[in-house]
Amino acid sequence: MEFAELIKTPRVDGVVLHRPFMPTVEGTLCLTGHHLILSSRQDNTEELWLLHANIDSTEKRFVGSLGTIIVKCKDLRVIQLDIPGMEECLNIASSIEALSTLDSVSLMYPFFYRPLFEVIEDGWQSFAPEESFRDLESMTDEWRLSEVNKDFSVCPSYPSLLTVPKDIDDESLCKAASFRHGGRFPVLSYYHKKNGMVMMRAAQPLTGTNGRRCKEDEKLINATLCAGKRGYIIDTRTIAVAQQAKARGGGFEQEANYPQWRRIHKAIERSNVLQDSLIKLVEACNDQSHSMDRWLSKLEASNWQSNVKEILTTACLAAQCIDREGASVLVHGTEGTDSTLQVTSLAQIILDPACRTIRGFEALIEREWLQAGHPFHQRCAQSAYSNGKPRSEAPVFLLFLDCVWQILRQFPCSFQFNENLLIMLFEHAYTSQFGTFLGNCVAERGKLQLSQKTVSLWSWVNRPQELERFLNPLYEPNNLVIWPSVAPQSLLLWEGVFLRWNRSTKCLDEAYQEMVHIIEYNKELQNKVNSLRRQLAQLETEDKMVADLK
Amino acid sequence: HTHIYTVEQVKLLDRFSNKSVTGTLHLTATHLIFVESNSTSAQEIWILHHHIASVEKLSLTTSGCPLLIQCRNFRLVHFVIPRERDCHDIYSSLLRLLRPVSYDELYAFSYNPKQNDQEREEGWQLIDLAAEFERMGVPCDQWQLTDVNREYKVCKTYPRDLYVPITASKPIIVGSSKFRSKGRFPVLTYFYQEKKAAVCRCSQPLSGFSARCLEDEHMLQAISKANHNSRYIYVMDTRPKLNALANRAAGKGYENEDNYSNIRFQFVGIENIHVMRGSLQKLLEVVGTRSLSMTDYLVGLENSGWLRHIKAIMDAAIFLAKAVTVEGASVLVHCSDGWDRTAQVCALGSLLMDPYYRTIKGFMVLIEKDWISFGHKFADRCDQLDPDPKEVSPIFTQFLECVWQLTEQFPQAFEFSEWFLIQIHEHVHSCQFGNFLGNSQRQREDLQLKERTYSLWAHLLSEKQNYLNPLFSPSVAESHPVLEPSTQAYHFKFWRNMYNQYDRSMHPRQSILKHVLTLQESKRELEGTVQALKTKLQKFGVSTSPLKPQTPPRERSLPPRPQSLILGAPLLSRKEVQQEEDKEVFGEEAREDAPASTGGERTVEGSSATENGYGELMGSFGSKNEPGVVTLEFGVARMTC
Repeated sequence: MEFAELIKTPRVDGVVLHRPFMPTVEGTLCLTGHHLILSSRQDNTEELWLLHANIDSTEKRFVGSLGTIIVKCKDLRVIQLDIPGMEECLNIASSIEALSTLDSVSLMYPFFYRPLFEVIEDGWQSFAPEESFRDLESMTDEWRLSEVNKDFSVCPSYPSLLTVPKDIDDESLCKAASFRHGGRFPVLSYYHKKNGMVMMRAAQPLTGTNGRRCKEDEKLINATLCAGKRGYIIDTRTIAVAQQAKARGGGFEQEANYPQWRRIHKAIERSNVLQDSLIKLVEACNDQSHSMDRWLSKLEASNWQSNVKEILTTACLAAQCIDREGASVLVHGTEGTDSTLQVTSLAQIILDPACRTIRGFEALIEREWLQAGHPFHQRCAQSAYSNGKPRSEAPVFLLFLDCVWQILRQFPCSFQFNENLLIMLFEHAYTSQFGTFLGNCVAERGKLQLSQKTVSLWSWVNRPQELERFLNPLYEPNNLVIWPSVAPQSLLLWEGVFLRWNRSTKCLDEAYQEMVHIIEYNKELQNKVNSLRRQLAQLETEDKMVADLK
Repeated sequence: HTHIYTVEQVKLLDRFSNKSVTGTLHLTATHLIFVESNSTSAQEIWILHHHIASVEKLSLTTSGCPLLIQCRNFRLVHFVIPRERDCHDIYSSLLRLLRPVSYDELYAFSYNPKQNDQEREEGWQLIDLAAEFERMGVPCDQWQLTDVNREYKVCKTYPRDLYVPITASKPIIVGSSKFRSKGRFPVLTYFYQEKKAAVCRCSQPLSGFSARCLEDEHMLQAISKANHNSRYIYVMDTRPKLNALANRAAGKGYENEDNYSNIRFQFVGIENIHVMRGSLQKLLEVVGTRSLSMTDYLVGLENSGWLRHIKAIMDAAIFLAKAVTVEGASVLVHCSDGWDRTAQVCALGSLLMDPYYRTIKGFMVLIEKDWISFGHKFADRCDQLDPDPKEVSPIFTQFLECVWQLTEQFPQAFEFSEWFLIQIHEHVHSCQFGNFLGNSQRQREDLQLKERTYSLWAHLLSEKQNYLNPLFSPSVAESHPVLEPSTQAYHFKFWRNMYNQYDRSMHPRQSILKHVLTLQESKRELEGTVQALKTKLQKFGVSTSPLKPQTPPRERSLPPRPQSLILGAPLLSRKEVQQEEDKEVFGEEAREDAPASTGGERTVEGSSATENGYGELMGSFGSKNEPGVVTLEFGVARMTC
């Protein structure tokens, strides 16, 4: 077993664990292939089980022979381990380092994890594309499911089944694909039942500097418009960035070639900029010595809240075009795998009440993120404490979750789930015992045989025992479009993630419990009233029958 | 009330979007009223003249003459009046109405809530400060009531009844008062019974560079000796050191530790009224900006310094509370005159120590004690009469905000919700009730406020259910009487529901607070129904199990809960709430909030909860009557297809 070679010292006694807002724990530190475990070996004290994969970076310090390792995790937690003995400490540190940076996906914990629960519903089968197409079919017959990407040769990052306009044949799709970055030709993302408008997504067109065009691409897009209707192309990049892309073979739709479409440019940052933003934000949140001015200026300098605002605004704009202007929308950025997905998925949460249920939200993530080919493996390889040279890491998905949280805050009764679900998804996107977020696209997941070799996150989340934790007690389904405010005063820092380890939440937790209690007691009373009413009605009828008989 | 003007076809522009509504503008002796026409919802806006801080006539446009009105409760309305003549008339009448020259002209003297004299008197008797000192355990073996200021002879700006150490004789008091700015000598404001530690307040000593006063030194010693738990007292000068030093040149200053035995002297660095006024002005400018970017918002928030000041006040109050509750030491607090920063720190510190001040009634008592009776100059600070712009400052607003920041950290510690704070703020400026008129108790007595005006507290108590915090837990207060807030910078947030309270499009569209309050109401109803049904069933000879008492919350660990639970609007009556909720719904589908009592008799209250429109909601997105246009809320250029 190769892990054993990496573990130089499997266990050390007398290790002290420090965590903010929690008592220190002294105990034995053990390293296994996938976990760092600290156990005090006493009853009633919790043990620390930390996945190596959760470790973003480590620092070590020595005072005499007492070594200290600071472990910074991808879920933003920072813990400190005091290890007696310099050699032990060095060994532990280098083992952690090696184990937390394993390159091979197949060595990841999900391939070794065996669930302690019985899998009742296999999450790998829960959200089949055929199923969502059946829903679509019941609303419209304008679309078909194409198998053109069956072997992932037309577009390696797309799934094998794609929803495209009925009148466009596979051959045209192939040609359109050759005109789009990474082969990501326009496909259906969302159908707005209320007015039949649609949202499509794609990657940038490869117009290049000499203004290439592609008849099939134009035809494909136009096929989604009703007669006499116009649509909007939302390019998530600024016009300047889009112009620059031309030099590298990319570009944007020339209005002359797409006369029925109006292009709108927005300014969602590219992924490498977002990573920098995350690092700065977390640094600001972790520094407890800030004066008010310094905190505000660091928060501003991180640009995180600006990113949230820009993404949310763009999503609102897309939703507005569809619902209020009665126009169809095509969304793309450069590659169509990041900002594009943020916008299309958030717009659906605004427009479609189904996406605000737990099941619907899972389906949305499956559809618009996993199937749509957001490169989770690359983007979530490192989190805010990565100190190496960034490769393709970026908190694209975390920003999406942050935006969902903002909407949830503004419509606290419109979501079936609560903040916990969003935080859980953030954690699992970065490190997990489940295979769901491994790989970068459907094709890769197939090669890794994830559905056979690992357990799906959904298999676990959807168990009734687990679901309870994620239910929003305030939920009252409503079928309306929900328009969030995007004023800076309305957008808050997501404390549940960014200040999670830096504050005591006892008072807030107790208040939340009290609220849950009030709601539950009210339900209980309502049930009681109903049952008494039934009982009374029954007695009254019986009474009347007796009286009638007399 | 007398109608002065009526102007038709006036446009009301929304501050942040391009929306506008048309209606009729009425000017009465007390209010400026806008009634929307041609609409089923017909919103009405009532603006009390006292609430208006400034009126500005902008240059003529094609659609008419714009009139910009800024209110002290942070409302900003922008009218466009078709004819310049009308606009000018309204403008000049308003200017006249906005400058009352005598107290008699204030609304409180004409406001009549249809109560008889007895009810009015009862209203004024609700708060009894003698009873409050008794509640704290004063008088006692160390502290007594002194009659030295019975006739306001020693200090004009203090109340008649003052509490001092037993050992402080009259000559000591008088001597000390002569050594203190405006005669405000050290007196008791809060007594922490558990440790017999006192919170005392005064103004700065007239020490200059070297002057001393034996009586004053005795006075501080008397305070120190009244507390056997500690050998020293803290003297907190709430000013920045530089300000205190500068005061020495004017013959004022701060205590020299060498002259006073056993004092621990401490500066806390809260800025003065002028800095605070400027700070709020900057803050309001920022949050009133159209299409504000996140960067400009955060930079503006920082540059305004507002939250830094709030934190400074909070830090000072925490220092005070710790000294008293942990060390058991008595503390003497002062600033320059001892009626601004001193009031903030004493009141907030007491609120941290004593759960009573976190109840509705207790909070009224606290304001009555530390602010009204000890002579916070409400008339000057809130610009009630004879305006001196240099005297205006949001000192009391800052106190309310500090309390709000605490409610965010301790959602179960307060009996009231933020709407109580906002409503108090509203009335500090409305001059509708007598409580906050004038600058001192003496002046209030001269004005015969208790005979001629009504008390706000009675009014607020009568609609108490609007202000309740449904999550309030007295048992939490029992187990954790002293609040220990964190003062990490990130815990201080911008109070949107105060400073953008009329900008409804910014507020959450569903309110947890309102939802839970409604549940609490329906709980009572349901419990009644259960009882009634059981009685009926018993007639059929069915015995039912007794109603299960409310079970304590189930023990379970719910990790991070959704953020802040304190959001929302006060409840009106249940029925109204129901109606409102039907309307409220989300954004566009919602209509504007109709006034609660359009049909029946309408009370002319500048500012009851209903008229404040806490529940009112505007669709924040493009209006329906502009088809084919991508509206501008999202910062897109206007494009017509």
